[in-house]
Amino acid sequence: MAALQDGTLDAIKNQQSKLLGDWIGALEANGATRNLKEQDVQQQTAEFLRLILDGIRNDSGNNIAAPGWADTRRFLEGLSNSRALLGYDSHQTAYFIFALKGPLFTVLQDYYRDQPASLAEQLLSVSELLDSFAMHTIRTYQKTREAVIKRQQEELLELSTPVVKLWDGVLALPMIGTLDSQRSQVVMESLLQRIVDTGSEIAIIDITGVPTVDTLVAQHLLKTVTAIRLMGADCIISGVRPQIAQTIVHLGLDLGGLVTKANLSDALKLALTRLGISLAKV
Amino acid sequence: MNVRSSGTQPIRVEQDVVLARQTARKLATECGMRLVDLTKMVTAVSELARNTVVYGGGGDMDWEIIDDFGRIGLRLVFRDEGPGIPDIKLALTDGWTSGGGLGLGLTGARRLVDEFELDTAPGEGTRITVTRWT
Repeated sequence: MAALQDGTLDAIKNQQSKLLGDWIGALEANGATRNLKEQDVQQQTAEFLRLILDGIRNDSGNNIAAPGWADTRRFLEGLSNSRALLGYDSHQTAYFIFALKGPLFTVLQDYYRDQPASLAEQLLSVSELLDSFAMHTIRTYQKTREAVIKRQQEELLELSTPVVKLWDGVLALPMIGTLDSQRSQVVMESLLQRIVDTGSEIAIIDITGVPTVDTLVAQHLLKTVTAIRLMGADCIISGVRPQIAQTIVHLGLDLGGLVTKANLSDALKLALTRLGISLAKV
Repeated sequence: MNVRSSGTQPIRVEQDVVLARQTARKLATECGMRLVDLTKMVTAVSELARNTVVYGGGGDMDWEIIDDFGRIGLRLVFRDEGPGIPDIKLALTDGWTSGGGLGLGLTGARRLVDEFELDTAPGEGTRITVTRWT
């Protein structure tokens, strides 16, 4: 692979301010500076150009994994992290680098006007270098996004399993969404723990927010109920809507061992009756 | 019988089961299915898609909305290139499972739809076609 010549270095250095101006212009035209302070854009572009020049001057070659490019890589990682957190998509993030190509090629064309062979060689070389940096930026961006998604998943896992106390001795667990095995594990653990902590005698699991009850969901429910009974407490399933009830019948699920109610209020009424509590209008 | 629209959705990992359910819900709504029928169809999809992932090692779900002289229906095909089912009669027995489930998925799904067709051979994958009319 052709190395970058000193001439290219000179060309960039001599035209630095024009290059930066054109580059920022291209970024702005493409909306890649949205929500960014003008000062930040200027500082980031100047910094990247300085790093590139340093890299070329130190003969770091075209392999961006080389130690000579370590600072540049770190700069781009920081950049794509901040872009990901600002809600930029991968295209806009990588465009930070691609937008430099146009202005830079113009500068090189000017400089190597009389040496077509060198021009072609240098253009290819610069292009390869910038492409590698853009790829690196996208890769880092992707990683940051994945980390964000993973964190959200974990938050969701926690959020969606609130165990609430309805009465002295009565706990309720409103379940929402999909009951995949990992979530139902968390649900079961937090409910069992709360039963111990509060010394509750009755737990109500409300499935109003569960759109589909299939055999896997039923199996999780049965296991949870069995565990609750083993701890000496009782369990009521509430929120069994008509369409769910009909589906369960056709599936052939035997939920005969479970106490079920159509809604939470009926379940609470039953729980209070069992605890020997009666309510009266004043 | 006319096919109004059709498509394919991959079912490779556990999360795809959720997506398959959502697709089925959307398609069933498009067909104008009643809530009970829709819930039955979606539940059948949940069972079959999970079987595709767990036992078939992943596959695809083909869907088509069909029009049979004014009668609208949703037809789904679950296909995988997995090990196949060696004993169909046993597999269609309530309560029998080769995994750790309740053994009601396949038989339950059959009861939840109007038409059910199972095409499988050991080593040649499995292909299950289900239809529900509105």
